[in-house]
Amino acid sequence: MSTEGDLLHTVTADDISEGRKRLGKTMVWGTAGLCIALAIWQAAFEAGRVEMGFGNWRPILYAYLLWATALCVAQVMVHGEKGKRTLFVLPAALFVISLVIFPLLFALYISFTDWNLASVNGPQPNGWDNMRQMWNDAFYWNALKNMVYYVLAVSVEYVIAFGLALLLNAQIRARKFFRVVFLLPLMLSPVAVSWMIGKSMLEVRFGPISRVVRELGFEPSFFGNPEIARFMIMAMDAWTFIPFMMIMLLAGLQALPREIIEASKVDGASGWQSFKEVIFPLMLPVSVTAIVIRVIFKLKLADIIINVTSGGPGGATDSVTSFIFREYRDRSNVGYGTLLAIVYLVLIIIFVTLMLKLVSRWMERPA
Amino acid sequence: MTAVFKDHDADNKVSAKWWASRIAIYGALIAWTIICLFPIYWTLTTSFKMAPDVMRGNMVPWWDYTPNWRGWESLGLSPRLIGEVSTVREEFLKRFWNSTIISVSASLLAVVLGSLAAYGLSRFNYRFGFMRNSDISFFFLSQLILPPVVLALPFLVLYRSLDLLDSRIGLILLYTLTVLPIVVWIMRDQFQGIPVELEEAALVDGLGIWGSFVQIVLPIALPGMVAAFILSLVLCWNEYFFAALLTSTDAKTLPVMVASQTGSQGINWWSMAALSSAAILPLVIVAIFLEKYIIKGMAAGAVK
Repeated sequence: MSTEGDLLHTVTADDISEGRKRLGKTMVWGTAGLCIALAIWQAAFEAGRVEMGFGNWRPILYAYLLWATALCVAQVMVHGEKGKRTLFVLPAALFVISLVIFPLLFALYISFTDWNLASVNGPQPNGWDNMRQMWNDAFYWNALKNMVYYVLAVSVEYVIAFGLALLLNAQIRARKFFRVVFLLPLMLSPVAVSWMIGKSMLEVRFGPISRVVRELGFEPSFFGNPEIARFMIMAMDAWTFIPFMMIMLLAGLQALPREIIEASKVDGASGWQSFKEVIFPLMLPVSVTAIVIRVIFKLKLADIIINVTSGGPGGATDSVTSFIFREYRDRSNVGYGTLLAIVYLVLIIIFVTLMLKLVSRWMERPA
Repeated sequence: MTAVFKDHDADNKVSAKWWASRIAIYGALIAWTIICLFPIYWTLTTSFKMAPDVMRGNMVPWWDYTPNWRGWESLGLSPRLIGEVSTVREEFLKRFWNSTIISVSASLLAVVLGSLAAYGLSRFNYRFGFMRNSDISFFFLSQLILPPVVLALPFLVLYRSLDLLDSRIGLILLYTLTVLPIVVWIMRDQFQGIPVELEEAALVDGLGIWGSFVQIVLPIALPGMVAAFILSLVLCWNEYFFAALLTSTDAKTLPVMVASQTGSQGINWWSMAALSSAAILPLVIVAIFLEKYIIKGMAAGAVK
C-alpha cells in the first residue's frame, strides 16, 4: 500500500539522564493510576458503596486526557529524539483508539444484553437471545438483501461517472463551468436532497417530475411500489455521489500518458477501439480505487432513506443503517440494535476484505 | 484532424462527422447540467412561491408567477423582517452557527491530527508491538469502513455518562473521528510527493525534526491541507446520522433542523424550500469558489 518509512533517517546521540527517564515514567504511571482510581471510585459511588462521588463521569475524562498528555510528553522525556518522532503519530493513534476501541468493546457488551432505554432495570445480560431474535427477524435479512441491491447499483453509477469523466476530458469549451456544475450535487446534504427531490420534486400531486410522468400518460407513484421506491432511493443516492467517482476518474484520465493514446491513433485505432484497448485498461487501478471507496460509502447509506421513505413500503427500501436507526429511535431497543450493528460490522469487514483480496489478485493477473 | 483542403468529398465527410461528435458531446454535457442544476433551481424558486404557484406548477419567476418573500419570511430572513426581532430567525441562526462551529472545528482538528500522523508515517519507521508503518496506515484507513451505526449507541451511553450528550464537543470529537481516515489518506499522498532532500537540508542547517516540519514542509503541503480541510468540512456539514441521535436542543445542527421540519408540520412548501436553500447555499458557494481544492483532494488518492 505504501513504501515503508524511514526516508528521513536521522542519527542522534541522545544523552538522557536516569532521573529524566524516571520522571517521565512516573508521570505516565501516576496519571494512569489517578485515572483508574477515579474510575473505580466513581463506579463504587454509582453502585452505592461510597457516599461521596461526582455527578457524572466528566472528571474521569479529564484524568484520561491528563494521562494522554503525560504519555505524549513522556515519549520525549524518556526516548529523546526517537520520542519526538513517535509524537507525530501518537496523538492521532491515541485519539482513534480511545474513540473506537473502547466504544466497540462496550458495544460488544451491550449487544448481549436486553437493554431497552425505556425499561427501568438497565442492561441485563441475556446470552444468545438477541442472536436468536435476529435469526428470525425477517426485516433485518430484508435490509441486508436491500444492501446487496444498493451495492450492485454502484456499477451503474460507475458507468455514468466514467462517461461524464470522458466528456469532461474531451476537447470542450467552458470546462471549468461544467466541472463546477457537475460537482455541485456532492456538496448538498443528503437531508436537503431528500427534501428537494424526494419530498418535493417527486411529490405525487404537484412535483415537476410527477407532472412530466402524468404528461407521458402514466399515473405517478414513486414510493408505493417496492421496486420503484428502491430505484428512486438509488437514483437520489447516485445523483449525490456520481460526482465523487467522476472526479476520481477524471483525475485518472488526466494523468494518462498522452503519447500512448496518440500512438494508438497513429496506428489507426478508432475512438471506441482506443478506449477499449488502451484507455480502459490503463484506467483500471483508478477505477478500482473509486469503486472500492464508493462501495464503502454506500454501505453507510441511511440519511436519504430515513428522511424520504423511512424504510417503506414494507421495508422495501430499508438499508441496515436506517433499520437500526428506527429500531433505536422508535423502540429504544439498544441491546438488540447494537447486536444488529455488530453483526453488520462483521459482515462488512468480511465483505471488504474479500473484495480487496479479489481485486488485488485480479489486478496481478496478466491481462 | 482538421481537413486542410476542403475540395474533396472525403474531407467534407470528416467535417460532418466532427460536427456530429461535437453536438453529441455538448448535448450530453447540457443534459447532465440540467440534471444537476434543476433540483437546486427548483428549490431556490420554490422558496419564493405561494401555495397556488406550487400547485399550478409554475416554474419561471416573473413570467408565470410573481416571486415574494413568503418562504424566507417564515425563517425571519426577508427584507421586511430583517430588522425586527424574530424567534424563528434566532432558532435558524443558532442551528447555522452550531453547524459552522462543529464542522469547522472538527475539520481543523482532523487536519492537524491527520497531517501529523501522515507526515510521521511517510517519513519514519515505527514499530508499535507488531505494527509496522503499513499496518498503522491500514489501521487509520480501515476506520473508513466502520459504519456509523456501530458507534452510535455506545457513544450515546458513553456521552450520557460523560454529560456530553447534546453538546458541541461531543459531535466535534465524533466528526473528527469520521473524517480522520480521509485526511490521513490525502495528506500521506501529499507528503510523499515532497522530496526528503528539503528536510535533510534543513536538518543540516540546524533545525530539529519538528522545526523542519513546521517551517519547511508545512508551507509546501498547505494546498493539500486546504483540500483535506474543505473535503472534511463538506462531510461534517452534511452529517445527519450522529447529529440526529446525539443532539436534542442545544447542539442541534442544520440537517437535523431540516429533517425535523418535514416530519412535524406536513409539508410547508415555501418555508421548507427556504430552509433547504439556506442549508445548501454555504456549500454551493464553497463549491463554486474552492472547486480547485475539492477536486485536488479527491484526486489525491486516485492517482498514485
